[in-house]
Amino acid sequence: MQENTGTPMIEVEDLTKYYGEYPAIENISFTVNRGEILGFLGPNAAGKTTTMRILTGFMPPTSGTARIAGYDVVDQSLEVRRHIGYLPETVPLYTEMSVTDYLDFMGRIRGMDKEWRRRRISEVIDICRLGDYRVSLIGKLSKGFRQRVGIAQAILHEPEVLIMDEPTIGIDPIQVVETRNLIKGFGGDHTVILSTHILPEVSMVCQRVIIIHEGQVVAVDRPDNLSERLRGTERLEVDIRGPSAEVMTAFRDLPGVQDVTRTDRDDVGIYRIETTGSEDLRAEISNLVLQRGWQLLRLQPIQMSLEEIFLRLTEPDSDRE
Amino acid sequence: MKNTITIAWKETRTYFASPMAYIIMAVYAALAAYYFVTSISGVLPEATIRGYIIPSTFIFTLLAPIITMRLLAEEQKLGTLELLMTAPVRDYEIVLGKFLAAMASLLSILVPTVYLVLMLWWFATPDIGPILSGYLGLVLFGMATLSVGLLASSLSGNQIVAAVLAMGILLILTVVDLASSYAGGIFADLVLQISITTHLESFARGVVDTHDIVYYVIFTIFMLFLAVRSLESRRWR
Repeated sequence: MQENTGTPMIEVEDLTKYYGEYPAIENISFTVNRGEILGFLGPNAAGKTTTMRILTGFMPPTSGTARIAGYDVVDQSLEVRRHIGYLPETVPLYTEMSVTDYLDFMGRIRGMDKEWRRRRISEVIDICRLGDYRVSLIGKLSKGFRQRVGIAQAILHEPEVLIMDEPTIGIDPIQVVETRNLIKGFGGDHTVILSTHILPEVSMVCQRVIIIHEGQVVAVDRPDNLSERLRGTERLEVDIRGPSAEVMTAFRDLPGVQDVTRTDRDDVGIYRIETTGSEDLRAEISNLVLQRGWQLLRLQPIQMSLEEIFLRLTEPDSDRE
Repeated sequence: MKNTITIAWKETRTYFASPMAYIIMAVYAALAAYYFVTSISGVLPEATIRGYIIPSTFIFTLLAPIITMRLLAEEQKLGTLELLMTAPVRDYEIVLGKFLAAMASLLSILVPTVYLVLMLWWFATPDIGPILSGYLGLVLFGMATLSVGLLASSLSGNQIVAAVLAMGILLILTVVDLASSYAGGIFADLVLQISITTHLESFARGVVDTHDIVYYVIFTIFMLFLAVRSLESRRWR
């Protein structure tokens, strides 16, 4: 299932964190391989930020271990911090500094020498397309540009591991696309963990996704596998012009069909056919429609969206509560 | 150490880029000049700077918290503290860097008062000893007030809360010596020793007593230690 069988860059074992009596995360375990982009998917307050803060050494776990590049996040925190670039959820920027000054400061406190800083600052300004804003005060930049400055500081010191907490939150749609492409480009060189509660984002950017809910890992898989693995159902949407009652019964009688629902639009019936998923029914459906002399306007397989997967995965959990 | 200097340099630049630096400088210069002039306008004027050394305790109590209030509180509010604390920087390096920057700000407000000393020189023949010891006392006293301010700033994400808290602590430490007249014996002594102002008086008279220096140094180290602990505790909350 994993394409990158390289060395694990991030190893998390049984990570648990309590805030007082309340468990923010419980027994979370996963590994991320070098060069992989891992998506952390979950609703708000699922424990994404807590996990990331533990990985970055900002706070220690209550129990369990996490290692980044082989270093323990608690015992070798400084080493870990040298290897990570971090973009917290609220982009941390000194509003009264200019973009270049800010990046220079971030480079200094990460121990980059003058030559390295000079080279990298101009590189990240190019990568994040901040060229026109080198000397602008950060406080005067728009949200999207601030986000770019945040990303620029995270990749400045060429970290092996990038940890990004909700990197596309609160910026406009065009910038969201740009940011996603930017992050996608980091895979390979960097190992990336990004958290999000936007479902299409993980399927667009990530090679693997971890779904967490109420502090626990609900599923780990590749985004495209998840939908298949979860339930053996495939869905077809068929638009047909014809006698609706007859069409319904004909479809229901087809072998492999679980359920058919219909919505009408003008004289066209839109049929949703749920199948057991083992075989492709498209050929049979089109044959059936032609034989009966109905008009076939559309025939489309529908993959279960991550949204539905997510709901399905987390539903039992909320029932338990 | 390099990180400390990096942080101190950044803070100092930020401080002097803001109008606050010059407002505080002007306020202190004006108040010092006022106290200086009243002190040398008496019937038998003395050619000393005591006139503004002693009132400075009160002025510093109000100004030091304003210098320090944003140092850590703003980092917490902007979320940049999270970035600093996940950079390969130790917590004490952060606190020390901020403290050095605050010291630079404090020294800057003392600079304009040098012209009062020059005036003294122009019109009289003052004794250099008490002037130097007076400034040494001010720097040590300022150090102590700034460390309280920094501790307060580490405790809150709100600059106003940090400033008011620091002023409160400093005022209590200033007026606590008044209680000595009501307490007897060893308690009177104890209360006097705790007060941060009593230790300044000998400096103003020209007496440099190691025990006063030690008091301010230990006081400052203790407050900075608490500030480091307070930062660390953010990791454990």
